[in-house]
Amino acid sequence: MLGSYRAEVLKLRKRSAVWVLFGAGLVLSLIFGYLLPYLGYATGDENPQTDGIPRSEILRGMLPERVLDNTIGGYPIFAGALALVLGAIVVGGEYTWGTLKTILTQRPGRGAVLASQFLALATMIAVWVLGIFAACALCSIGIAAAENGAMNWPAPLDILQGLAGGWLVLMMWCLAGTVLAVAFRNVALPIGLGVVWILGIETLLAGVVNSLLPDLEFLSDVLPGTNAGSLVFSVTGMATADAPPGVRDAVGGGRALLTLLAYCAIFAVLAAWTTRRRDVT
Amino acid sequence: MDALIEVSGLTKRYGDTLAVDGVDLTVLPGEVYGFLGPNGAGKTTTLRILTGLIAPTSGDVRVLGGAPGRADVLGRTGSMIESPALYPYLSGLDNLRLLAEYAEVPRKRINEVLELVDLTDRARDRFSTYSLGMKQRLGVAAALLKDPELVILDEPTNGLDPAGMRDMRRLIRELGSDGRTVLLSSHLLGEVQQICDRVGIINSGRMVAEHNVEELRGEQELVIRATPRNKAHDVLAGFGTVHQYDDTLRVQVDPQRAAEVNRVLVEAGIEVSELRSTERALEDVFFELTSEEKADVG
Ligand SMILES: Nc1ncnc2c1ncn2[C@@H]1O[C@H](COP(=O)(O)OP(=O)(O)OP(=O)(O)O)[C@@H](O)[C@H]1O
Ligand SMILES: [Mg+2]
Repeated sequence: MLGSYRAEVLKLRKRSAVWVLFGAGLVLSLIFGYLLPYLGYATGDENPQTDGIPRSEILRGMLPERVLDNTIGGYPIFAGALALVLGAIVVGGEYTWGTLKTILTQRPGRGAVLASQFLALATMIAVWVLGIFAACALCSIGIAAAENGAMNWPAPLDILQGLAGGWLVLMMWCLAGTVLAVAFRNVALPIGLGVVWILGIETLLAGVVNSLLPDLEFLSDVLPGTNAGSLVFSVTGMATADAPPGVRDAVGGGRALLTLLAYCAIFAVLAAWTTRRRDVT
Repeated sequence: MDALIEVSGLTKRYGDTLAVDGVDLTVLPGEVYGFLGPNGAGKTTTLRILTGLIAPTSGDVRVLGGAPGRADVLGRTGSMIESPALYPYLSGLDNLRLLAEYAEVPRKRINEVLELVDLTDRARDRFSTYSLGMKQRLGVAAALLKDPELVILDEPTNGLDPAGMRDMRRLIRELGSDGRTVLLSSHLLGEVQQICDRVGIINSGRMVAEHNVEELRGEQELVIRATPRNKAHDVLAGFGTVHQYDDTLRVQVDPQRAAEVNRVLVEAGIEVSELRSTERALEDVFFELTSEEKADVG
């Protein structure tokens, strides 16, 4: 099992697509968390008519105090889509290259191979989360120093909880990518469907339910994206007004946590069960 | 001697297609067994079942004394099925490194197998930049990584040039004389003739013959060109099985009786323009067996 895990980590580590996805997530976080707000801050004036948000508020959003918001605020939708792509290319690639048959004829059983694949993905996503956090932390330090802002950090336990929550959100989307890849034995179709779901359908559904069919709210409240957004909302303690897209308090933090864990378990079991019992050709 | 591979009544059905239809197969320790058949015969399907990749529809399969696909069986089997399937973005060396991790094989074995297939110089290049023949050789190296007792190779000389084929065949023979057991599939008759001890011939999912290569090849026959041919065919049938190839007839009969055959033909008023003995090539045997099979089906 340890050997399979090391093999899977080697495959991830040496695959440039994995780092391209990570880079995209990192750059997006920095642009939306720091670059654009900073440009707005630096070029804006104190005229309250220009936009609703006072400059001091903009600055506060970039200081270390709010580093978690910027690290994981984009996870339910944007970074989530990237994590789904990661899951789909890693598992789908085994089908399109035919390498599944190669690794399944080495020694470990199918369950062990898939489990080590999931563990390696979990490790890689932890690296993503920590990498984005480190970059955001550096930016916030830089801005605090440049603008004489306060150097107040969230409590270590809050940081830990925020990063763990962010990791869970990405892991859930990543596993969704793997289960789609197993279902279609392919890369492109799972990515297409998954990304359309995350970026379009969930938001659309939530909107329709909200405005037209309030009785169906219980349904939209079990969707993965809704719960991902709710978990992020709850661990960052953002204000509803300045929450990024997808982050809202549809359900409570505890319930969101349990729902996401359930999704992870369902996706992992579904992928493993299908792989175990199906012919590999 | 206990058989290393024991297959009986193996059947695999894909929808309406019977890819493998009641195959019996026994591979003994230390032999090089050739699994010969035309395209679509069911070779790859059978080998996939033996490596646990697909489940048979029915039949008994035992590999190295266990069920195919069990971890301890896989750990003693090296295989390349259909084509070398490795990660295109990794170097040859990294591909072998990760397979060594999976299979729990010591690192130093990697250099040995690279040396065996003569890829040491190109080991650090990406797999996607390899030529077809190099990919094939790396696939075989990957199959040998575990230093396996049983090596299963599906058309291992596919895509190799004549020199590459010669080297690959030599390598497979060496594996056999090392005491390893090799099961290889091929649609090349000469290849099987050169490197195998025993051959099983499969066509349309059914085993049509299983022989020692020597036994198959050793049979002698007479080649006869005569007119009228139909009449000659009837007369020759009295000597042994007659097959027709283009405009010649071939009779399975001891070549020592050539003079007698000639006399009987002439006495029957048949003109004989050619009469010679020949050793039946495996190719002939093969076509005979597979076309009979087709005739039965049709
Ligand atoms: N996954 C599959 N689904 C449906 N039919 C299949 C599948 N795999 C194989 N077959 C069918 O089973 C038959 C045997 O195929 P197989 O690949 O075993 O032949 P083969 O002897 O390896 O041929 P070749 O020399 O061309 O490699 C063929 O008719 C093929 O179409
Ligand atoms: Mg084949």
